[in-house]
Amino acid sequence: MNISTFSELVFEDRVHRSIYTDPAIFEIEMTRVFGAVWVYLAHESQIPGNDDFVAARLGLRPLIVLRDMHGRIRALYNRCAHRGARICREARGSARSFQCPYHGWTYLNTGKLRGVPWPEGYACDFKDAKFNLAQLPRVESYRGFVFGTLNPDAPALKDYLGLVAKPIDEWLDRHPGGKVAVREANRLKFKGNWKLAYDNAADGYHVLFSHRSLLEMENRLQDEATKGMSFYMGKPDEAPMYVKVFSNGHHFKDKRPNVEKRPGALWELEAAHPGMEHYEQLIRSKLKEKAPRALDLAASEPVNINVFPNLSILGNHIQVIEPLAVDETDTTWYATAVVDEADELGGAADEVNALRMRTQEAFPSFGEVDDAVNFEEIQRGLAACEDEWVYMHRGLGIPGRVLEQPDGSLKAPATDEVFMREHMKEWKRLMSSQPRVSVTRDPQAT
Amino acid sequence: MLLEREARLLDQGRFEEWLGLFSAECLYWVPATPAGGDPRREVAVAFDDRRRLEDRIYRLRTGSAWSQTPASRTVRMVTNVEVFGNRMVRANFLISEFRAGETRPWSGWYGYRLKTDALQIEVKQVNLIDCDQNLRNPSIVL
Repeated sequence: MNISTFSELVFEDRVHRSIYTDPAIFEIEMTRVFGAVWVYLAHESQIPGNDDFVAARLGLRPLIVLRDMHGRIRALYNRCAHRGARICREARGSARSFQCPYHGWTYLNTGKLRGVPWPEGYACDFKDAKFNLAQLPRVESYRGFVFGTLNPDAPALKDYLGLVAKPIDEWLDRHPGGKVAVREANRLKFKGNWKLAYDNAADGYHVLFSHRSLLEMENRLQDEATKGMSFYMGKPDEAPMYVKVFSNGHHFKDKRPNVEKRPGALWELEAAHPGMEHYEQLIRSKLKEKAPRALDLAASEPVNINVFPNLSILGNHIQVIEPLAVDETDTTWYATAVVDEADELGGAADEVNALRMRTQEAFPSFGEVDDAVNFEEIQRGLAACEDEWVYMHRGLGIPGRVLEQPDGSLKAPATDEVFMREHMKEWKRLMSSQPRVSVTRDPQAT
Repeated sequence: MLLEREARLLDQGRFEEWLGLFSAECLYWVPATPAGGDPRREVAVAFDDRRRLEDRIYRLRTGSAWSQTPASRTVRMVTNVEVFGNRMVRANFLISEFRAGETRPWSGWYGYRLKTDALQIEVKQVNLIDCDQNLRNPSIVL
């Protein structure tokens, strides 16, 4: 596929259907996007101790993301150097070494080959690095979020994140200790291209329509619709909420300005959840006037923080978008819990988390399912090959609507589509370039 | 009898009557981990009290729950029923769901705790064999 092809597929107001449907484009993405840039792999709370591991994927590549015996975080290829079998068949666990179930080749969790059965039957030198496991040359963590890339020329992770690090900091810092722990997930799958999920990540235009049943459900016990995302009703583009677009395809939908700035205001937006009254009463009796602040931690933080290509931090969730095929994608909504090591919550952390689990179950179960079906319907509709264009022009050409900020970011009203225009520009740039991607087999090199 | 009736009401889309089989304080729990997990510490696929079950049914009746518009066609098999004491029932299930041109299975086992007069369900635990996997459109009542 010609590099100049991509400039024919992505225009300022529209993109070509084939970027969602063409398997040849998908294959190139697996290197030029899911390889060349930093990709979110796992959260440090999933690998808390040395030797802990969790299975992950970089594009289609099976990985073992782990904390090695010395405490260093690595992303090993889950692929025996011998014949190519996956050496680890578990989703998570703890292991100092991995032995391939096929011929017994064994590797330390640094990636180094430890030994093979009957080595005297080989004429080669097993100290050669080519028999170590392949691993990502660059793995870095930003405040618990573990990213990896195959690109030795990639900027430092902090530089790749750029301005999106600030909303991530704010999201973390509302919690005691500035940290969260991942606790299980609502795991979904849709038969559609991964970019359909990322295109939706800061979309304010769809909320009242795609999530109509959720809004009705959340407000069924009220006379007025005040719960959940009801602030999209009326005139959302005149509301205080906004979308901000940064470089590298990152963006940020900030709905916090819609919420009154007082403790307890966020909690008041939550609809009824199982066990709510009981746990709320426990928290209020333990914390008294400090209870509203704690209850707000059980409520969904009204932000969508999107890190291209595969991470969306929204509400209290860490959502990971994983491509499986041009028309199949997993979206995993990791729930997070408060980690209150200094007991800032006066012994109420467990109660806050019990509530927080129930509030987090709501959107994947009653909201995301409707979006996912809409994504699948797009994939079906796009089979109409003469109907070529997918439009992303909301807000384009209206003077004064998209405003450049002093820090270089763009700011626009809540239903604007500038965010997807910008991430498509970045996608086009990446797909048209030829990055250096490579693995390393040297455990000391990373 | 209760299990067959429950399955038929769901297959027939008679959700309100289905909810009538549950006690006033009840639980519909679909764990996200094969061993069940602790719902106080983890999210589940579903952890619904009666009010949340009412929410679930209300949403399906709005006409704008796109994940069930049109509604899936289902047929439920409930088999291998074992009764323990006078309240605990275990059964295997296989739900065939037809939606948008495809028929697909949901498989697992149910754990029920019934009210002592055995006429109502207090707890229904749905243990999918793939509970910890990425599920495609999990919008039917299991």
